[in-house]
Amino acid sequence: TEVNSFSPSVPISPSSMINQYKFEDGPEIRDLFITVDDPESHITAIETFITYRVVTKTTRGEFDSSEYEVRRRYQDFLWLKSKLEEAHPTLIIPPLPEKFIMKGMVERFSDEFIETRRKALHKFLNRIADHPTLTFNEDFKIFLTAQAWELSSHKKQGPGLLSRMGQTVRAVASSVRGAVKNRPEMFTEMNNYMETFSQKINLLDKIAHRIYKEERDYFNEMKEYGPIHTLWSASEEDIADSLKGIASCIERCCRATEKRMAGLSEHLLPILHEYVLYSEILMGVLKRRDQIQGELDSKVDALANKKTEKDLFSEEIGKLEDKVERANNALKADWDRWKQNMQWDMRSTFTNVAENNLRYYEECLATWESFLTSQTVDLHVDEDSEDRP
Amino acid sequence: MESTEPEPSGSRPEEEEDEEEEEEEEEEEEDDGALLPPKQRLAAMEDCLAKKMEITVSEAEKRTGRNAMNIQETYTAYLIETRAVESQSEGQCAPVESLWRRYSEFELLRNYLSVTYPHIVVPPLPEKRADFVWHKLSADNMDPDFVERRRIGLENFLLRVASHPVLCQDKIFYAFLMQEGGWKEMVNETGFQLKADSRLKALNATFRVKNPDKRFTELKHYSDELQSVISHLLRVRARVADRLYGVYKVHGNYGRVFSEWSAIEKEMGDGLQSAGHHMDVYAASIDDILEEEEHYADQLKEYLFYAEALRAVCRKHELMQYDLEMAAQDLTSKKQQCEELATGTVRTFSLKGMTSKLFGQETPEQREAKIKVLEEQIQEGEEQLKSKNLEGRDFVKSAWADIERFKEQKNHDLKEALISYAVMQISMCKKGIQVWTNAKECFSKM
Repeated sequence: TEVNSFSPSVPISPSSMINQYKFEDGPEIRDLFITVDDPESHITAIETFITYRVVTKTTRGEFDSSEYEVRRRYQDFLWLKSKLEEAHPTLIIPPLPEKFIMKGMVERFSDEFIETRRKALHKFLNRIADHPTLTFNEDFKIFLTAQAWELSSHKKQGPGLLSRMGQTVRAVASSVRGAVKNRPEMFTEMNNYMETFSQKINLLDKIAHRIYKEERDYFNEMKEYGPIHTLWSASEEDIADSLKGIASCIERCCRATEKRMAGLSEHLLPILHEYVLYSEILMGVLKRRDQIQGELDSKVDALANKKTEKDLFSEEIGKLEDKVERANNALKADWDRWKQNMQWDMRSTFTNVAENNLRYYEECLATWESFLTSQTVDLHVDEDSEDRP
Repeated sequence: MESTEPEPSGSRPEEEEDEEEEEEEEEEEEDDGALLPPKQRLAAMEDCLAKKMEITVSEAEKRTGRNAMNIQETYTAYLIETRAVESQSEGQCAPVESLWRRYSEFELLRNYLSVTYPHIVVPPLPEKRADFVWHKLSADNMDPDFVERRRIGLENFLLRVASHPVLCQDKIFYAFLMQEGGWKEMVNETGFQLKADSRLKALNATFRVKNPDKRFTELKHYSDELQSVISHLLRVRARVADRLYGVYKVHGNYGRVFSEWSAIEKEMGDGLQSAGHHMDVYAASIDDILEEEEHYADQLKEYLFYAEALRAVCRKHELMQYDLEMAAQDLTSKKQQCEELATGTVRTFSLKGMTSKLFGQETPEQREAKIKVLEEQIQEGEEQLKSKNLEGRDFVKSAWADIERFKEQKNHDLKEALISYAVMQISMCKKGIQVWTNAKECFSKM
């Protein structure tokens, strides 16, 4: 069986492994396996930061070795992302976890925060590895294989990063007004789709967090509820056993609730969050495409007004037209791929949520049924002893 | 005050109509005692278990009227229906008789019973105001759900009284069920109010009893513990209910968003839409679940209030015992006084003694008169002490008998309540499994 590179942690159940069947336009046979683990704290005079171990196993010829182990920090991931965006402006680059978590009670370097980030980084690299184009990107290869000093020196080369600091491309040039007029229907549809999708996925993200919170509050109350029955049993004789039985049932249901919560936070919440980020990325990609088209359009308009230098212009326009066509095609292909992945992700994640809930209810059911049996058995025992002379 | 302690059952020939046992115990009868506690209780029950009358509180109605101070008020009236139960073979159906009563009349009845039968653990009324509510429940007395639960509680109260071997024979109780007009006057004519006031004072007074019956002391501790633990349980249960409500209802939001999302999806649309529907079903299911749980809470509440009744009996014993001890003490001191006067020795300090020393001795005649008075008082006192002793012992005997009856009832009822709680949880789990199985199927088709 293949190791599924998409599960950042060990799969919980065999069923989730079976569900990892994927269909996509990527490499037919996976030949690149990446894991992100082992967060370590580094303290220097200037700063404290975390590095993660990135292990790569590959059979590809382009790689000198079949196994690599490097350490990377969050900054390095940011760098990689911006290089990919630069090289492929109309491809959908997977999201990175945010720099900070604004809301929520997670502190910057708490264990929970680090673990959440680690999983997201693992996801990020694997999504790139599975992308038909991005997987062969040179900067990607360097990221996976170069030693720390090699990476540093490589980073300093090449064109500056311009204003591409920050993990998501928010600052996009606004010269897209014109492009909207000439925008092919397909991309207008994409835009409309993304607007609604973005709205809905954000809502789902909020709902999922609300559910998590409600379940946690319920768990806390249940923790107090059970022991009261035990306390009561101390002043009773006849019904002490029944009371203790109830207390133990409630305790077991409490543990089942904890598992249910864990399931949410391990699977549903990260996926929804990832797609919230994806929706922002996609809006950005669409804008960039518009921008590229805008360049073409403005040149075409300029040509219409010029009488001389037509030849020069047509050559330029030819190049721009090519650029636009390449951009459109790249985006279209990547869009289709993204949609398929999204569908698969949503299906598997929500199915997992349902399974989680089923496990919870089945466990609670078994608990209460066994209590009920014990109570009716007692009754029959009493009956029998009464009938004896 | 005439003695209102009822004699052992069977000695009131005019009380032909014994009220019916509670339904559950009726079933137990048919079951040939399968769920019954030891035979002793069964024997005691059979005497009033004549199945002569069905009692229900079948309706509740909002009324407006003027109260004692001529101020307009809104209140709820409850319809009490009774029907004599003929034996099945006759195939006749007796007519239903009915009358309306409001909560305050139930209160009056219960006060009368508590005062008149202080050795009985008198069944409690359902709560006057909604307590231990969680946020969705209204604390408003006019709220239809509250009224409905109160209706059930009042019916339960009547059935409890009707199945009590002693209480069911009370004339005032019978009149409460059958006689609409003039009932209040009838109750007041018994003069129980006077006893009620002094009883209230006694229940609240603090005093030290030197030799209480240990069993009653223990029982009082038990009733305090029971009250405390059930309150705590009910309070936390209400919070648990609140939280559970929250979990279920938030899932309802999935329904709405899935539906809106499905509009922009082609392949995923159907799966999303139908999954959303199941989320709505899930969210809606909590309402019935929690409503059922309220009945469980009401069962516990009854025993919370029963703890009060239990404590009242203990206090009555303490009061009688204290009274007895005071009377004994008084008698002893009078005897001593008498002796001192007779022998001329002053052993105990008394103000009279001092003043007579200061203002001159008494004459022999005066002393004789005093001794005579004291001797009379001592005689009276000894008779009173004798009867108080007897009363006290009778009280302890009959109270303890009722307490034993109560204990068995309590153990039986609470065990059943706990079992019914488990049954409710099972039902909730099964519903959950069904909904999420359906949802899972929809998701897997996305």
